[in-house]
Amino acid sequence: MDTLHQIRFVWKPLVFLLCLTPFALVVTDLFEITGTLGANPVEEMLDRFGNWSIRFILIALAVTPLRKLTGRNWLTRFRRMLGLFAFFYVLMHFLVWLMLDRGLYFSPLSEVMPMVAEDLIERTFITVGFIALVILTLMAITSTNGMRRRLGRTWQKIHYGAYAAGILGVWHYWWQVKKGPDDAIYYAVILAVLLGLRIYWWRQKKARQ
Amino acid sequence: MLIKKPSDIKPSEITSKANYLNRRDFMRAGSIAGGLALASPALGAFVPDERRAKLKDVGKSKFSTDEQMNSYMDITTYNNYWEFGSGKFDPSKNSGDFDPLPWQITIDGHAEKTGTFDFNDFIKPYDLEERIYRMRCVEGWSMVIPWVGISLAEIVKHHQPTSKAKFVRFQALHDPTRMPGQRRGLIDWPYREGLTIAEATNPLTILAVGLYGEALPNPNGAPIRLVTPWKYGFKGIKGIVRISFTDRQPRGSWQMAQPSEYGFYANVNPEVDHPRWSQATERRIGAGAFAPRIPTQMLNGYGEQVAHLYKALNLRKYY
Repeated sequence: MDTLHQIRFVWKPLVFLLCLTPFALVVTDLFEITGTLGANPVEEMLDRFGNWSIRFILIALAVTPLRKLTGRNWLTRFRRMLGLFAFFYVLMHFLVWLMLDRGLYFSPLSEVMPMVAEDLIERTFITVGFIALVILTLMAITSTNGMRRRLGRTWQKIHYGAYAAGILGVWHYWWQVKKGPDDAIYYAVILAVLLGLRIYWWRQKKARQ
Repeated sequence: MLIKKPSDIKPSEITSKANYLNRRDFMRAGSIAGGLALASPALGAFVPDERRAKLKDVGKSKFSTDEQMNSYMDITTYNNYWEFGSGKFDPSKNSGDFDPLPWQITIDGHAEKTGTFDFNDFIKPYDLEERIYRMRCVEGWSMVIPWVGISLAEIVKHHQPTSKAKFVRFQALHDPTRMPGQRRGLIDWPYREGLTIAEATNPLTILAVGLYGEALPNPNGAPIRLVTPWKYGFKGIKGIVRISFTDRQPRGSWQMAQPSEYGFYANVNPEVDHPRWSQATERRIGAGAFAPRIPTQMLNGYGEQVAHLYKALNLRKYY
């Protein structure tokens, strides 16, 4: 098997399963097969999916800097999958919030909608998180090869949204905690490094031109 | 230790025991212990056996609710007690070595009988009562907890506050060597809280020294903590070492940390939102992932006992 085949048929499926593990553990913990989600399972699901959302955004944003620094160009082959997992975990986080926390699973849309609308409009940290979800949804829809070909230059513009999603995600996390940034500060530092490297390279490129 | 005759045991007590020793809780205990690398896999992991003695002569109270109580497991492993860390599991995980006794409590300020008392002497004059109260956290979740406590009104009366005493200020233990959370500047230690004299002497207000008929476990504020069931949980200061009668309104720790979000009164109020979330509903702990949130009651459903205290108060301004 050549390298490309090895990536496609061995490494990609393995990384896929690895990325799916946090989700699988939430499901098996929910039904108390592997462990437990504790006293407040909804909060625990929101926390775990939320944390993995930010981690996957950061991991996806780390691919290009790592490739440039190490020269391992094959890393790029995993970028789309990692980005799609970031979208997947944000979507799970949103769905748990909408269905189990805001209660769409129990009550009709007409009852839940006013409450959800109030949250999305009046509570800035929720607005910020929702905008990140919208951006990642657009990126996920346009992530296929066909879409990339069809959209041309517009595609690149849409996919710069990853930077915005990273900033909004960390912001959302920072603001929802009761007091103090907690773990959010680690995410913020990593994000600052990943975006800082890009600004540095971009300025170097400008200077050369 | 008091050994109960079968005839003394009510069916409701049997239910509650069974409830906190059910299969899910054992699994949860094992998995929390495993996940957090605790030595003992059993329920006793969180409270040393010698602290789990039955309290004697505990009376009943007309203020108790008959709602389904939360399990011992949930009450002792899902806590906000930042002295032992800011995560919900941290207090149960990090308080295992904490031995609350011996413990001293100082009474000072505008009162006739002040001084420093040993914990056992301090509580000796009073009757113990079981109070099954709802507890509503400002974060939007609630529990039903069978406290064992002493009426704070009795304690206040005993120490004979003077006419200058308008407020009661509480201060918690500050001991970073025994409380790992205090080694981080999460909030301005020691934890402090306060009540008006009228709130402190309301019949609902207790100093809790027990849970489920046993001595108060460490994660819940051993050996003694405040319980004001119509207020958000953060008012319930844990590990109290000082009670002062003051003429000025004391400032609470959360009030000092985030004055725009946490006030002095902190009465449960579904109509006044926290700046970052709605307080209209709450999640009842123990109901599971597939249970809807329930409506939050004004003053957590204790309006009959305390609403008169706030008649002249704009609750939107004095949150």
